[in-house]
Amino acid sequence: MSNLTLEAIELTRLFGGREAVKNVSFHLEKGEVLGFLGPNGAGKSTTMRMLTGNLAPSIGTVKICGIDIIENPKEAKALIGYLPEMRPLYKELTVDEFLTIAARLHKVPSKQITKAVEIAKQKCGLSHMSKRLIENLSNGYQQRVAIAQAIIHNPLVVILDEPTVGLDPIQIREIRYLIREIGQKHSVILSTHILPEVEMVCDRVQIIDKGNLVFHGSIDELKQHRQGNKLMVGFSKAPAISALKDIEGVIKVEKTEDQMYRIHFKDKQSPSEAIVNLSVKNRWGLYQIAPDQTSLEDVFVQLTEKKQKN
Amino acid sequence: MILNIARKELKSLFASPMGWTILALLMALLGNFYLTGVNKYFEVMSGAVRPAERVGVTIFVGQTVFGIARYIMLFAVPLLTMRLISEERRNQTLPFLFSAPISLTEIVLGKFVGLIIFLSILIIYIFMMLITLNIWSDIDFGYLLANSFGLWLLLGSFSALGIYFSSLTKQPIIAAILSFISLFALIFLESMFASDPNHWFAYISLMKHFQSFSRGMIDTSDLIYFFLFISTFLTLTIRRLDAERLRG
Repeated sequence: MSNLTLEAIELTRLFGGREAVKNVSFHLEKGEVLGFLGPNGAGKSTTMRMLTGNLAPSIGTVKICGIDIIENPKEAKALIGYLPEMRPLYKELTVDEFLTIAARLHKVPSKQITKAVEIAKQKCGLSHMSKRLIENLSNGYQQRVAIAQAIIHNPLVVILDEPTVGLDPIQIREIRYLIREIGQKHSVILSTHILPEVEMVCDRVQIIDKGNLVFHGSIDELKQHRQGNKLMVGFSKAPAISALKDIEGVIKVEKTEDQMYRIHFKDKQSPSEAIVNLSVKNRWGLYQIAPDQTSLEDVFVQLTEKKQKN
Repeated sequence: MILNIARKELKSLFASPMGWTILALLMALLGNFYLTGVNKYFEVMSGAVRPAERVGVTIFVGQTVFGIARYIMLFAVPLLTMRLISEERRNQTLPFLFSAPISLTEIVLGKFVGLIIFLSILIIYIFMMLITLNIWSDIDFGYLLANSFGLWLLLGSFSALGIYFSSLTKQPIIAAILSFISLFALIFLESMFASDPNHWFAYISLMKHFQSFSRGMIDTSDLIYFFLFISTFLTLTIRRLDAERLRG
């Protein structure tokens, strides 16, 4: 077998005739963290539910390390750890009790259960919470228990649906670190709608919109998409737009609402140096110049439009 | 794996005061009927009953306790089964079970077995309570065993039906009401067809099949009836959960 840990082949899911996910194919390799991005209702969770065998795809197959999840659900599911969108916690139990049950149900050999629970707690920073009822834990700690539950049996593929929801910034950092750590040995799929999160932890990204896979590539490609060839420039004594247009490499200049200029330029011909020089020479009073980052929504719009054109 | 799920269910039951309270209340209630039964026995038997009409203490007290137990359990079992699946659905914990390497059959059977173990504790208590009669009299163990076994099967049927209704809804209360109404109907079908006891409709009544056990007899046709009843509803539950996976 190659390094492929997860393959999704032409997944389609219909909900009463409406396609929630359309013909989505992708794969995951060992030691990879895949970010799964998309706006609300794009089909992220539906895809993840199909990957974990919680929902049967209308068309298509899911293979975990070459094992078909529909034909051999038990073998395939044993290799997956899943954190659903809503954390599945039995709140009347203590952290230890719950994790023991999770380990048992995931067929961790009975002699290793205590150890597995210890390791999972340690990884998620729960060691001092062992005897507490899950009900009484804070939101963030409950989220950690839910993550611990997903990694307790040391699965080859970890699927996390919005793992950082409800956490404070410090916890988010810890969880991201944890995801990176898991990602080194195993494969992780991470869904989120927070772009910076993806940039920090993922190796590859795919964006889904209205059930279609609109983008699939490495994180650098996405960054390029996001930054584009644009500069945001501010002058206290603004020159005429034509003066800016004459600079070499500039394609288009727009004036924004807050009296700034957005300058579009050709590939690899950044005019920033020329702008600074001209500003000093002509006393335009340059006070800001920065690459213009497109928001996630704009990237979505760009990508979806591109897809439609194709 | 089935046992692991059963263990989880029992843990949930006893993690909150609910499991303990239900056991305690049921025992208090049945213990009360046991005492009344013993008292009544002396009242009735010391009086004007002709020797030929006298019954033994086992049958007299046993009938009182087992007779009332099935009606009390008619209320208690739906309250216990209502949470099994619908509460998991409401708390969104079903994906936890569905994404573990366990089949739906194992999940459903596990939940069923867990509940049966809980109910068996109750039946063992009832049995132990009744054999205390043996201290001062000579009782008929066979009669008590057949009755306990019959009650066990009856409660198994109640539970199987309850689990099915629990799998239909997200609201535990609705599941409880639905299973209570259907159990009530199934129990009293027989009285509704009292004029025609051989009508096939009367034949599906649960109580009709409990009667032979309550006379101290284990009849294989009744055994098969309960077995079919339980497996039908458990199969329906599995189908129902599977449909959820397919339809979403």
